[in-house]
Amino acid sequence: MSNLSENLERQARLSTMAQAPADRLIALCKSAGVKVPHSVLRAPEIGTVMVRGRAGAVGAAFNLGEMTVTRASVRLNDCSAVGHGYVQGRSHEAAIYAALVDALCQTDQGSALMASVIIPLQEEKAAHEGARGARAAGTKVEFFTMVRGE
Amino acid sequence: MYVAVKGGERAIDAAHEWLADERRGAPDVAELSISQIREQLSLAVNRVMAEGSLYDPDLAALAIKQARGDMIEAIFLIRAYRTTLPRFGVSAPIDTGAMRCDRRISATFKDLPGGQILGPTFDYTHRLLDFALMADGAVSPEVKEGGPTDAVPLPHVTEFLDREGLLQPEPEDNTPPRDLTREPLDFPADRPLKLQALARGDEGFVLSMAYSTQRGYARNHPFVGELRIGRVAVSMDIPELGFAIDLGEITVSECETVNQFTGSKTEPPQFTRGYGLVFGQSERKAISMALVDRALRWEELGEDNVGAPAQDAEFVLSHSDNVQATGFLEHIKLPHYVDFQSELELIRRLRAEAMMASTGPREAAE
Repeated sequence: MSNLSENLERQARLSTMAQAPADRLIALCKSAGVKVPHSVLRAPEIGTVMVRGRAGAVGAAFNLGEMTVTRASVRLNDCSAVGHGYVQGRSHEAAIYAALVDALCQTDQGSALMASVIIPLQEEKAAHEGARGARAAGTKVEFFTMVRGE
Repeated sequence: MYVAVKGGERAIDAAHEWLADERRGAPDVAELSISQIREQLSLAVNRVMAEGSLYDPDLAALAIKQARGDMIEAIFLIRAYRTTLPRFGVSAPIDTGAMRCDRRISATFKDLPGGQILGPTFDYTHRLLDFALMADGAVSPEVKEGGPTDAVPLPHVTEFLDREGLLQPEPEDNTPPRDLTREPLDFPADRPLKLQALARGDEGFVLSMAYSTQRGYARNHPFVGELRIGRVAVSMDIPELGFAIDLGEITVSECETVNQFTGSKTEPPQFTRGYGLVFGQSERKAISMALVDRALRWEELGEDNVGAPAQDAEFVLSHSDNVQATGFLEHIKLPHYVDFQSELELIRRLRAEAMMASTGPREAAE
């Protein structure tokens, strides 16, 4: 597999875990048995990211405000794969799990974890988005024109 | 001037204990949970996130609980907490064109592509108290869903005018913007700095400034070209990975105004823009921000300064922050015993001198 497609996969799984509700990520990791001997390279740390916008949506960048983010990094003991976890919010546990899943996805357990953790999270997000989108569509205005002067 | 005063510790402890009891309220009423505040007072949570300048609904809900619903106190708590956190980096500018919209309306085009989506709005409600909410066990009505939605992003209304060249262009600029949280406010302020200050400014203040422009103090003839509220991804480059990932998703409100403009010495007749972007569902603030942004742009557009408060960047930006304002305002209730003693002595002396001057000669005549 090329480096590019590996990066794309990694980007997708990290983005999925970062945006997932922390309790769902933790629950899915626990039921998938994500529990392997590892050393913590970077202990879970809560911090912020400055979110930027653009003037007029397209123009000059400006600082809108910060959001909370938690990150952690681990190395698996038996294969030395390094995983990085970033999650929105302040859950140490979710950040560690995200890092562990990221590391394990570089091993032969990758496809199993995709199926048991990543894809369910993506499906839940899509279902949530679909439901909200349908609800929004229900509030779409259907104008009708009054015919005058007949 | 302050002077060290000791001896209030016992009183302060007792006051704080009482504060905790008052916060809790009557013990026979169930205590509010953070998730109840987050879910059921979500617009209050949104305001605390926007003005606290930190997107974290749970923390904002906690702050509201701790502050007994005092919004500025809650915003203060969030600002104070934020200063304890390291900053991992800055995001790429969010792409509001890719927003998954809950609400999207335009006051300028009826039949815009993607349509007018009302979303969960207070508009068109009758503003009558709903006593059903007071009764327990209210049944939620059946959900009315529209047809399946095509997941295509909704285009920005300004794009249509932009294409015709009728709208003042907004060139992309990736210069790292100045940051109010890292350096003190300094003038002249460029537009990115103004937008940051307005985005975290007090909703009431920004609203009043915007309202003043509508009432004629630097009127700028705004139309709400588009107002959209929804979710956008926040993406950041991660150095250890060598690529960007989506770190999370936030809800924002965005307002783009299209303002009538007859041209100036430097610009041809065209529509101009005002821009508002705020954390959470907060359209009053977003619209207000857009109007004030437009009023503050008089100089760059070559308009006349009519001396209106909303045109005065130094006035607007120096007074928009409610934590700063409240800190300075409320400090005057703290002990100023020595200052006051000196004032007291001064007044007594001046009075005595004045009395002497006015009554002195008469006394002498007696």
